[in-house]
Amino acid sequence: MLSSVVFWLAAALAIAGAGGVLLARNPVHSALSLVVNLASLGVLFLLLHAEFLAVVEILVYAGAVMVLFLFVVTLLMAGTKAPKDEHRLRLAYQFLLAVLFGLILLVLVAHVMLGADWISNLAGPNAGSFGTIAAFGKALFTQYLLPFELTAVVLLVAVIGVIVLGREHGANR
Amino acid sequence: MATVIIILVKGLILAVILLSVFGVMTLTERKVLGRFQFRPGPNRVGPGGSLQFVADGLKLLLKEEIIPNGADRFVYLLAPVISLVAALFAFAVIPWGPPVHLFGQTVPMEIGGPNVGILFLFAITSLGVYGLILGGWSSHNKYSLLGGLRSSAQIISYELAMGLSVTGVLIAAGSADLNNIVSAQTNLWFIVPQILGFVIYVICMVAETNRAPFDLPEAENELVAGYHTEYSGMKWAMFMMAEYVNMVTVASLATTLFLGGWHGPWLPPEIWFVIKVALFMFFFIWLRATLPRLRYDRLMAFGWKVLLPVALLNTLATAVWVAVAR
Repeated sequence: MLSSVVFWLAAALAIAGAGGVLLARNPVHSALSLVVNLASLGVLFLLLHAEFLAVVEILVYAGAVMVLFLFVVTLLMAGTKAPKDEHRLRLAYQFLLAVLFGLILLVLVAHVMLGADWISNLAGPNAGSFGTIAAFGKALFTQYLLPFELTAVVLLVAVIGVIVLGREHGANR
Repeated sequence: MATVIIILVKGLILAVILLSVFGVMTLTERKVLGRFQFRPGPNRVGPGGSLQFVADGLKLLLKEEIIPNGADRFVYLLAPVISLVAALFAFAVIPWGPPVHLFGQTVPMEIGGPNVGILFLFAITSLGVYGLILGGWSSHNKYSLLGGLRSSAQIISYELAMGLSVTGVLIAAGSADLNNIVSAQTNLWFIVPQILGFVIYVICMVAETNRAPFDLPEAENELVAGYHTEYSGMKWAMFMMAEYVNMVTVASLATTLFLGGWHGPWLPPEIWFVIKVALFMFFFIWLRATLPRLRYDRLMAFGWKVLLPVALLNTLATAVWVAVAR
């Protein structure tokens, strides 16, 4: 009973947040809407007993990534006004692209959801410890070791890239 | 349904306690700071100035609420609320005593004890930054904006070192659940094997709460009052409440992680917990009275080039030690 109330509240907030990202005229309001969306997703993860994922969703996305977004937006926006109509015309092709990619994503999600084996996943061997840090870590370091290590390499490349770009700038000064 | 009611009641009690601590702390801080500086501190309202915080609260309630021209009204009103809610919410997972038996039910002293315990706390405190950065941005004032940006940069930087300093404790205890961490310290407090982590944590804890000597976001000689320059009345008070509740939270976390939580001889466990937290609160005031403010670039360099590598080393050393000991 209670969990379905929480579900509908969080789901409604998640959709409202996603809508707010698109519809807000002010980039700071868009960023805030995205935070609402991410926090609601965190609650939905909690309802699925994925405690670790829920916390990481809030810690990493809402707490760190979005703060950096907001940081840049507030810094760049100081003194500028909302985009005028000629800017919006220039954005028209981006709008079409966004709709196209959105539809592709929707098809992918529908495909995965319709093909998923819900019942056996829920009653699987990990049903009791599902979502705990221990279960998550074990899966990460055994079953998904290769993708995990590859992600680490990708992140390392990004870190090196940042250092190279930063140094170039410093040397010219 | 009973569990929901118990949680609501516990939440209400905790919020009242935390906000009363805020009132008492403002008075204590002014009195103790006064003593440090060879002056009596506030001594006019009530016996020995003991009702000063009531007078302060009344003044703030009756003060005119100002919303600056050109401010983003909604965000401006939202910012202090985010700060305070995040501060109060974070305390929910701190176990400040062993479970009690009440009306035939075992009631744990914390509001919720998820097995991701400490990560939950970090997740919520990381949301508190929004209050500062949004307050700074929405005020439509360059000092506020700079203060908000500074504070968010500072908090993000020190959050990393803080998280890593705690990792050593997690590895040593073998759990992220705060109750398990407390029971792992029955014989030996983690301050002994994790002394390096403790020192890093204490430095980061002061920086995270924007207290002197790391109170750069509100460096009054360059930024007026930083992110809350344009705030007045109760909205300003909410930022202050958030700051003091955050101080209590990080002090409680330090107690839980390094000082054995509520463990202690003779006295009831809750009293031990309060004593340990009070020690940290005094330490906060002591630091403020003693140390001058750091320069901003020094602060960032210290966080990234000293604290972070040392915290990483500490994590690595603990991991090796645990792996060898098993």
